Amino acid sequence: MKPIDPQMAQKTLSDLKGKQLYVHLETTNGAYASHRNQSFLSAGTFIRNVQLTFLNGTIKGHGPYRIGMETELGYVYAEGLTDWKINKKGQVLFAGHDKDGKLAIAFQLSETPFPK
Amino acid sequence: MERHILVVFPHPDDEAFGVAGTILSYTSAGTPVTYICLTLGEMGRNMGRPLFADRETLPEIRKKELLEACKLLGIKDLRPFGMRDKMIEFTDQQLLIQRLYNTIIEIKPSLIITFYPGYAVHPDHDATGAAVIQAVKRLPVEEQPVVHAVAFSEGCEAVIGEPDIIIDIKEFADKKLKVIEAHQSQTAGMIEAMKEHYENGDEEVKERLTKERFWTYPIEE
Ligand SMILES: [Zn+2]
Repeated sequence: MKPIDPQMAQKTLSDLKGKQLYVHLETTNGAYASHRNQSFLSAGTFIRNVQLTFLNGTIKGHGPYRIGMETELGYVYAEGLTDWKINKKGQVLFAGHDKDGKLAIAFQLSETPFPK
Repeated sequence: MERHILVVFPHPDDEAFGVAGTILSYTSAGTPVTYICLTLGEMGRNMGRPLFADRETLPEIRKKELLEACKLLGIKDLRPFGMRDKMIEFTDQQLLIQRLYNTIIEIKPSLIITFYPGYAVHPDHDATGAAVIQAVKRLPVEEQPVVHAVAFSEGCEAVIGEPDIIIDIKEFADKKLKVIEAHQSQTAGMIEAMKEHYENGDEEVKERLTKERFWTYPIEE
């Protein structure tokens, strides 16, 4: 992955507008966070291969970046995004990595389902 | 002497930290080891240092690391179960228990190494241990293999007592480090510090690399 280029990322998002996409969205602070610090509330989520089509998708911020989308019935939002890549399958992968390089958030869009 | 060991863990690298020395002690004595690894650690947070993996490439990378670790450990029978990291406790438990049971029937291990359900921190670890125990319980008592369980939750000794099996793995410490190192995407950030602490005689690291601790699981209770 490479640091996000917001202009390129915006162009990529605009190209995906109106298409039927599969989304992987995830946040995590690691399964061991509460083990190391008992008072820490470990919260995280992931959803993989949800189908959606967005009406507007915009990247904002000065890094880390935010991406917000409006869909027919609702919204998608992700913050803390630092890196991105478009892989060989044409899937658009955004991720947020902390200072140790650990993944904190992943937000991925694809026209074909991600492997289960 | 053990006839055949079955190791069951959910993530590639689970075998490295807690039990690599023990596995080496068995394989170097000629005892066959079968390793069922339920997932490929698809949801790992570590992406390599410098970053070389992403969410979609991580499974394939970790599979290669796992194969390398197995080579170093002398494990000739690796069985990936193709499940998803984080989802072990949510998948069809009866199906998992059945698959584990089938493997146990097939290879007839004299000893199973897995996580101690309830005391292994990560929900996947606890669910794996629990499914293994259920699979063993399906066997008639006289055919049940011994289960050596790994526990490491905070304060677990207060509930389940001290580990009754302590394996001296001093002679395999260097090789254990190599096995940990093989899981490059996950351990690149800490392996150098670990080596340094070991060479400087740091007690905690020395303990981890020279002794492995197990609880014999009370199947009958
Ligand atoms: Zn694990």
